[in-house]
Amino acid sequence: MEHLIPIGLNHYLTISAFLFGFGLFAVMTRKNAIVVLMGVELILNAANINFLAFSKFNGGIAGVMFSLFIIVIAAAEAAIALAIVINIFKIFKSVDVSSIDTMKE
Amino acid sequence: MSNLTYTVIFYLFAAITVFSAAFVVFSRNVIYSAFSLLFTFFGVAALYVYLSADFIAVTQVVVYVGGILVLLLFGVMFTKSIMNTDLKSDVLHIVPGTLIVAGIIGALLYTFYTTHGWMPSETQLHGSVVERIGFETMSHYVLPFEMVSILLLAALIGAAFLARFDKPDNKKS
Repeated sequence: MEHLIPIGLNHYLTISAFLFGFGLFAVMTRKNAIVVLMGVELILNAANINFLAFSKFNGGIAGVMFSLFIIVIAAAEAAIALAIVINIFKIFKSVDVSSIDTMKE
Repeated sequence: MSNLTYTVIFYLFAAITVFSAAFVVFSRNVIYSAFSLLFTFFGVAALYVYLSADFIAVTQVVVYVGGILVLLLFGVMFTKSIMNTDLKSDVLHIVPGTLIVAGIIGALLYTFYTTHGWMPSETQLHGSVVERIGFETMSHYVLPFEMVSILLLAALIGAAFLARFDKPDNKKS
C-alpha cells in the first residue's frame, strides 16, 4: 500500500502498458478496419504517455516535444488511413480486412 | 489540493482510461467502440495534465477528440448504414491474440516492477510548460517542426486526393 500513494513513474508505465496491450489486441484480432485503426490510436496514446512520464521525471522538455510531433503524425496517419478505408469500401463493399485479397480492381 | 485528493483523482482518471480502452477493444459494436474511445482520449488528456504537460493535454483534446474521433465516426457511419443491425465487428484468432497480449502486458509489468533503478531527477517538470514549448519549437526543434508541417500538408492533400469521388463513367453528368 505504501507504494500506491505517491504517484510515481510506475503508475504511468502501468497505464501505458495496458493501453498498448489493448491496442495490440485490437490490431491483431479485429476484422473491421476501423477498429484496427482505433487500436493503432491506442498504441500511439500509450507511447505518448510514456514519453511524457519519462520527460516529467527526468526534467527535460524533449519528451514533450516528441509527444507533440507524435500527435501530428497520428493526425496525418488517421486521415490517410480513413481515405484508404473509404477506397477499399468503394471497391470491395466491405471493410473486413480478412476478406481483402487482391491488390487491384 | 491535498495529497489524498490528488491521488484519488489520479486513480479515477486511470480507471476511466483503462476500462474505456478495454471496452473499445472488447465491445462487438463499432459505434460503442468509437464512443468509448472518446472517454479514453479524455482520460489520457487528464493524465497529461498530471504529467504537467498542459499544452499537450489541450492539443490531445483538440486533435484527437475534435479531429481523429470525428474522422473515425465518419468512417464507421460511411461504411455501414446506421440502421443496419450488422454493425458488428467479428474477431479472428482470438486465442493466440489473447495469449500474446497477456504475455506482453505481463512481461512489461514484470520489468517495470522489478526494476528498482528508476531515479527521478531533482529537476522535475513543474507547472506549465507552454512557454518552454514555444522557445524550444523555435530554437532546437525548428527543423522537425517545419518538416512535420510539410508532412501534414502533403498527407492531407494525399488523403483528399485518395478519397475524392470520381468515377470514369460519371464524367458526362
